Amino acid sequence: MKTNDIILQACTKIVLFIIILFSVHMFFAGHYEPGGGFIGGLMTSGALVLLMLAFDMRTIKKILPIDYKILTAIGLLFAVGTAAGALFFNVPFLTHAFGHVDLPILGDTSLHTATLFDLGVYFVVIGVTMTIIQTIGEDGE
Amino acid sequence: MSLLHWAIVSPFIFAIMVPIVYKYFRKIHTGWFILPLPILLFSYFLSFLSNTRENQVTSETLTWIPSLGIDFTVKVDGLGLLFTLLITGIGSLVVLYSIYYLGKNKEKLNTFYTYLLLFMGAMLGVVLSDNLIVLYLFWELTSFSSFFLIGFWYDREKSRYGAQKSMLITVFGGLCMLGGIILLYLMTGTYRLSEIISLVSPELFEHYLFIPAMIFILLGAFTKSAQFPFHIWLPDAMEAPTPVSAYLHSATMVKAGIYLVARFTPFFGESPVWFWLVSGVGLLTLFWGSFNAVKQTDLKSILAFSTVSQLGMIMSLLGVGSAALHFESIPDSYFTVATTAAIFHLFNHATFKGSLFMVVGIIDHETGTRDIRKLGGLMTFMPITFTLSIIGAFSMAGLPPFNGFLSKEMFFTGMVRVQEMGLFNLETWGILFPIIAWIASIFTFVYSMVLVFKPFTGKYQPEKLEKKPHEAPLGMLISPIILASLVIIIFFFPDLLSESIIAPAMASILPSLLSGTETFHVHISAWHGFTIELFMTIGVVALGTILFLTREKWKQVYNIFPEKLAFNRLYNGLIESSQRLSHTFTNMYMNGSIRSYLIYIFAFFTVILATTLAVKDAFTVNTTNLAPIGVYEVLLSLLIVIGCIAILFAKSRLTSIILLGAVGYTVSLFYVLFRAPDLALTQLVIETVSVALFLLCFYHLPKKRNEERIRFKLTNLLISIGVGTMVTLIALSAHSNKLFDSISQYYVENTYTEAAGKNMVNVILVDFRGFDTMFEITVLAIAAIGIFSMIRLRLAGRKER
Repeated sequence: MKTNDIILQACTKIVLFIIILFSVHMFFAGHYEPGGGFIGGLMTSGALVLLMLAFDMRTIKKILPIDYKILTAIGLLFAVGTAAGALFFNVPFLTHAFGHVDLPILGDTSLHTATLFDLGVYFVVIGVTMTIIQTIGEDGE
Repeated sequence: MSLLHWAIVSPFIFAIMVPIVYKYFRKIHTGWFILPLPILLFSYFLSFLSNTRENQVTSETLTWIPSLGIDFTVKVDGLGLLFTLLITGIGSLVVLYSIYYLGKNKEKLNTFYTYLLLFMGAMLGVVLSDNLIVLYLFWELTSFSSFFLIGFWYDREKSRYGAQKSMLITVFGGLCMLGGIILLYLMTGTYRLSEIISLVSPELFEHYLFIPAMIFILLGAFTKSAQFPFHIWLPDAMEAPTPVSAYLHSATMVKAGIYLVARFTPFFGESPVWFWLVSGVGLLTLFWGSFNAVKQTDLKSILAFSTVSQLGMIMSLLGVGSAALHFESIPDSYFTVATTAAIFHLFNHATFKGSLFMVVGIIDHETGTRDIRKLGGLMTFMPITFTLSIIGAFSMAGLPPFNGFLSKEMFFTGMVRVQEMGLFNLETWGILFPIIAWIASIFTFVYSMVLVFKPFTGKYQPEKLEKKPHEAPLGMLISPIILASLVIIIFFFPDLLSESIIAPAMASILPSLLSGTETFHVHISAWHGFTIELFMTIGVVALGTILFLTREKWKQVYNIFPEKLAFNRLYNGLIESSQRLSHTFTNMYMNGSIRSYLIYIFAFFTVILATTLAVKDAFTVNTTNLAPIGVYEVLLSLLIVIGCIAILFAKSRLTSIILLGAVGYTVSLFYVLFRAPDLALTQLVIETVSVALFLLCFYHLPKKRNEERIRFKLTNLLISIGVGTMVTLIALSAHSNKLFDSISQYYVENTYTEAAGKNMVNVILVDFRGFDTMFEITVLAIAAIGIFSMIRLRLAGRKER
């Protein structure tokens, strides 16, 4: 017998975006307020886990055909790439740069390469958590 | 590299080529290709005779590791030359003999000659090296090549046993010697043998390392030269092919120890400890070897024990000879006779023992056995071999007209003169020297007679022999014939060697007795007139004959000394019990249980930290710098304490997991309280994830396990209390001993100006100390991939199913 979990699914659909938005907020706010790549990544994967709880794993895999191992690798690449990029400007490894840039739509924006590094962290954390959960979850089936 | 270096290295180069020659010239016996080398070397070294005659030393240096004072210095002096001539001369004869002894198709000739050449080169290196480290290098190389040669027939159990035994004993000695060499270096600051010897002075005798260095060097020499009680490896080494026994275990390798003692005599010789150790051990070995040789039934065992005893004799002569160093100059070389005898007998022993081994090899080869109980009446079948064995054995027994007679007479002379030296209380104990020597000589006479008369006379027992005996081929006889003729020639012309070889060798052993261009004058003659030595020899012959004839009646004597206390038993017991002991010991503490390993780790942790704290008197509590304690802190602490204690007493695992979660969440509350929002957030999420994972583990536990409380164990309680106390004490002390201010002020000031951020934690994580973060995410990635592969790649498990 299949239980009807329509309430859960409906709620998930709404809550999911709030959580993801919150996590994205956490990620971007990290440099000024509590948050950052780590907790942001954990939050995002929390949202994905909720999705997996409400629906089943295969569906999620179909909707989000992401190989989280590759995501982990991309995250690591981001972190190392940002760090190594400093070498091109003849400064020590992992020297960050920041400044105000005039962007087409956003106007005068403060940009920081540390965000790119944090993005790497963010990806790795999502990749790692999801890989673990997916692997363990699929093993149980 | 000089020609001299090439001469030492040439056997190694030849050794490389042996397998090639063996492979491509299968029709010709490989030995023929080897034979020219030792002959060539022999003639090359002969050319040094004219130099050493005037006590000139040829020295060549090749730098190797100059920064450590190690160079390949080769020095040819009288003593070195004597040994090189023995090594190359007997080497040539042995190679020739082995060509006939080892079958072309039956044996692995390539390995045999490779090992033999390795050995020859190593031996040349030992006796010619002036640098002690290089000498040690070659010394160990002789041990190794000898190990290979003894184990040549490696499919035999006994060969392997003998090889292992000789290896263990000689390498033990070799390592001791290395220790001695290092001590010598500490004393003198050089590895150069010639420099060390020239540095000898009364102050060095007082040096606290002098005696240890001497004992270590002597241990090396005694083990190599099979001195009491390290002689036990030599009889077992007789499992080697006979050419090997003839070469290594009679003429060359076992004399490496003799060489070492002779070499170091100028340095250590004046010390009474040296005198007593060398001559005492030598005499003991002499007696013990000759005494035991009589009871052996295997021809090669007789020869092995006889070698042991003869080596002891040379050793004791060297010991006694060292006493001559106490006299400034010797007008009539009255006390140097012992040294002369040592060198002379060294040479003589190599000749007759080499030939005897070859004779025994022939008997073995032609009859198929070496057991004297099976052999008998071979005289008519093998007349030449019989003659050779008479020459060898009578020389060994010290009978005229063979060279053994001369050296034995000189041996007695040396021993008799010991009493007259007036040193080291010899007036009282010195009388023992000639007595022991005389008794040992009687036994020597007896076993020499056994060697001759048991196999060759008596009843011929064809039913016990595997083959029908017949005379050996001529090629096999050439080498022993050459050696045996030397035995006789030296008796009639003893002075042939004295000026050319013995005197220069003595000059190397006793250099302080010579001044300027002076040389020793050695005169050896067969007839001294009616002296005490002659009567001693007559006594030896008379008593020896009686003992030989009544042998069967007094053989019971050997039963007095119980087999249980034999040194072989001791050795075997030592090996076995050390294995058993280490096995038991390892089993005891490596019991495979993680619990006990953790107990070791934590116990050591506690004990070491507690001792450090106590020894350094480091425990302090300083309350001046403490923050006030609020209500919330107390409440949260209570929560954590209750949670932790409850975990210990929880009955089910589920309770434990939930309690653990509670503790984790309380910790995150603490973070909130102590104003660490990032930590609080992360802690909350991570705690949730880990509790979920614990629950997962719990869910998959096997069903049959009973849920029960943690069992109480006193050790665990004590250790956990210990660890907890230690950590608390250290934390308290560390907090009370803050020596420097925190560096956090820098971050506070620069977070915005330098890194354009306001969240200091995050700025530190990604900017100031981003390196750590980079590798932490790498750790996470590795963990994820690890979990993925552990779960997905269960190859072994799949196969089992």
